[in-house]
Formats: sequence, C-alpha cells, structure tokens
Amino acid sequence: MTYLSHADLGGRPNAERVQPEAEGELFHAGWEPRALAVTLAMGATGSWNIDMSRAARETLPDYASLSYYQIWIGALEKLLAERNLVRPDELQAGRALHPPQPVARVLQADAVPEALAKGSPTERPATAPARFLVGDVVRTRAQRVDHHTRLPGYAHGRHGVIESVQGMHVFADSHAQGLGEQPQWLYRVAFSGTELWGVDAAPGTSVAFDAWESYLEPAA
Amino acid sequence: MSHEHHDHEHSELGEMDLRVRALESVLAQKGYIDPAALDVLIDTYQTKIGPRNGARVVARAWADAAYRDWLRRDATAAIASLGYSGRQGEHMVVLENTPQRHHMVVCTLCSCYPWPVLGLPPTWYKSAPYRSRAVKDPRGVLADFGVTLPESTEIRVVDSTAEVRYLVLPMRPASTEGFSEEQLAALVTRDSMIGTGLPLEPAP
Repeated sequence: MTYLSHADLGGRPNAERVQPEAEGELFHAGWEPRALAVTLAMGATGSWNIDMSRAARETLPDYASLSYYQIWIGALEKLLAERNLVRPDELQAGRALHPPQPVARVLQADAVPEALAKGSPTERPATAPARFLVGDVVRTRAQRVDHHTRLPGYAHGRHGVIESVQGMHVFADSHAQGLGEQPQWLYRVAFSGTELWGVDAAPGTSVAFDAWESYLEPAA
Repeated sequence: MSHEHHDHEHSELGEMDLRVRALESVLAQKGYIDPAALDVLIDTYQTKIGPRNGARVVARAWADAAYRDWLRRDATAAIASLGYSGRQGEHMVVLENTPQRHHMVVCTLCSCYPWPVLGLPPTWYKSAPYRSRAVKDPRGVLADFGVTLPESTEIRVVDSTAEVRYLVLPMRPASTEGFSEEQLAALVTRDSMIGTGLPLEPAP
C-alpha cells in the first residue's frame, strides 16, 4: 500500500474531551478567513475536484498536528504545485515568478452569490437499476484499497441494513484519482453498535453512513 | 486546534499570516483569483449563511405539518423554498428526532457539514476527539456538551461519508403552543441541529 490517509479517525482511541464553542465563534486567527476564501476561490477555477482536494488533505504527512485551516492551506499549496499553477519558489518570494497557467474559470466577486447558491450537485441520472433495496442486508468491503476512498476503516467487512437509496452519485474513489465521475448508486446503510464495536459497544447506539454500491455485497 | 493553543504560539500565528498572505498575492498576480471575491466569500459566511438559516427551517417544520412532511420527502427542495441551497448542501436529508431515537451527525473522514443551513462547522466538529469518539461513544460526547438522554432513547450517529448533508430536526420543546415561527426559531441552537445539543426551553 502506498496511499495512506491520516484522516480516517472514526473509532480511534481518543481520551480528549470535545470542547463546545459559541455559535458566533467562526475564526480563531486573522489568516483563517483568508485561508477559507482562497481555498474556495481556487476550487472554483475547476483545476481539481472536491475529491482530489480531500485526497490532498488526508495524505498530508503532518495531518494530525495541524489545525483544520492549516490542513486546507497545506493541501492547496500541494494541489497548486502538482499542477505547476504556483511553484515553491513563488510561495517563498510571495510574488509571481513564472507565467500563469490557464485555468477554466476565475470566480469574480459579483458571481459569488450565484456560484454558492448553485453548488456542485453530484447526483446523476440513473443508468442502471439499483442492486439493493431498502431492508436488504449487506456486507461492506473487507479489504483496504490503495487510493482515496470513503468507506470508513471502522466499518470494513461489517454487516448492515440498507436504510435509504440515495440516487446515483459521482463515485468519490474514481473522481479523486482523475478517472472520471463513474456514477454509482449510493445507499445509507445502518449498523448496530455491536456489529461495529463488539463487546465494547455502548448500549442503545447505532451508526449509519452513505456507501457507494461497489463498497457493498449481498450478505451471504 | 483550540483557541488556547493559538494564544501560546504567537510565532506560529505570524508564520501562518505570512504564508497565507504570500499565497494570496501570488494567486492574485497570476490572475487565478479576484481579490474582491475573497472579501465577498468571507462576508457571506460571516453575515449571511449560518445556523439561523437552519433554525428557520426547524421552526417552520415545528409550526407547519405540511412543511414537515415536505422535509421528510424532499428536504433539498423544502429547504430551498426558504432560500437556502447550494455549496455543501446540494443533497439534503433531515433526521427527525423522536423520544425513541436521537440523531447525531459527524464526518469521521473530514469535515462534511450542511453549509447552507448551518454555515461553517465549529472547530470541535473538525477535531480529532469528536471525529474519533462520536461513532463509538456518542453518550460520552453528549456528556461533554452537558446533555444526558434517557437510556431508552437509541442514539443513531450518522457519518457524512458522501455528498448527502444531514440536518437534525430536534423535538419541539414543551410549552411552546401558540409561539410564532420567530419565537420558535430563537429556541433552536446550532448544536441541536447537529445532534450534540437540545433546543432551549422557553422562558417560564
């Protein structure tokens, strides 16, 4: 395996308390809103898709020691460098030293409200019938894959029940690898606490998440 | 990373300020971004798109049974009818709390969150403790928020692993008969729409 995600945190041992935060407390340093805005504005250029940016973030070697907006900036610099849009010497100098590369779009100020209101829907017209129905018992893929994926590590090789059929959606795994959208049926699958955590399961708890069809097989 | 942490690391803060400023300058000089667009983006999430949007959705659902049914059938359309749509809320599903089942939303793999109705996620939502513990120890996480639920209430954690975004519809507080939608919305907290909190009780 060469692909290593540092972001798959569900169920990992962690003794730290969760620190609640007031509703208005959006940013904790002056650079954070700028980091948010440059990330959104560069995303709007179409130079990469959201799954590629998630892959860039989760593979940062120092992921665990960074704040979330630091992760965003680290990944943004990586995505820019990989595409020769911005080179490291330019970041060092704080000014452009090489000619720009073409980008598909530039988000102008007056177009922001419409762009945000539109978003990037991922549902696609159905091209095949769904393999599973609500109530079907399925088993998740047990083996690891060597690329970005959205099947959490805590739920590999587990039995769950299809709770909702969510339409055909762009497949994150292929989209992140630059292999196109390859839409698949998406399902919300529910798992009992004991199926996921065994004897450690807290009583009266269950987990559900969205899984693309190729993550699932019929329960034997 | 907590606020306290930053306060102790002024040098790191300065380093990030310079790093982001340098990046922004290069991107603008290369013509990839419109600097004025950055200000609009920031202003949007500071003043226009936040949890008061979601509170309006919840209040309408509490007040109007037909709207509640629409939310159950097609949350994306029902929420868009109030003017909230788009980025990170393209495909919405509402999770309705009942005495039998309480929902809590997490994104264990990154920080997926329903932006059009809740705005930007709080720091704790993106943090390792929440993302690690929510799926395995939801009652312990609720305790960190000062919330205790009856043992008879199942806690269903929903992990946002794809592009569907989840909004929790909390139970309407007692003694709110005759409240206007504005009065109801004032009782709806952000955390109650993530499932780590409950709505406020009306003042006696």
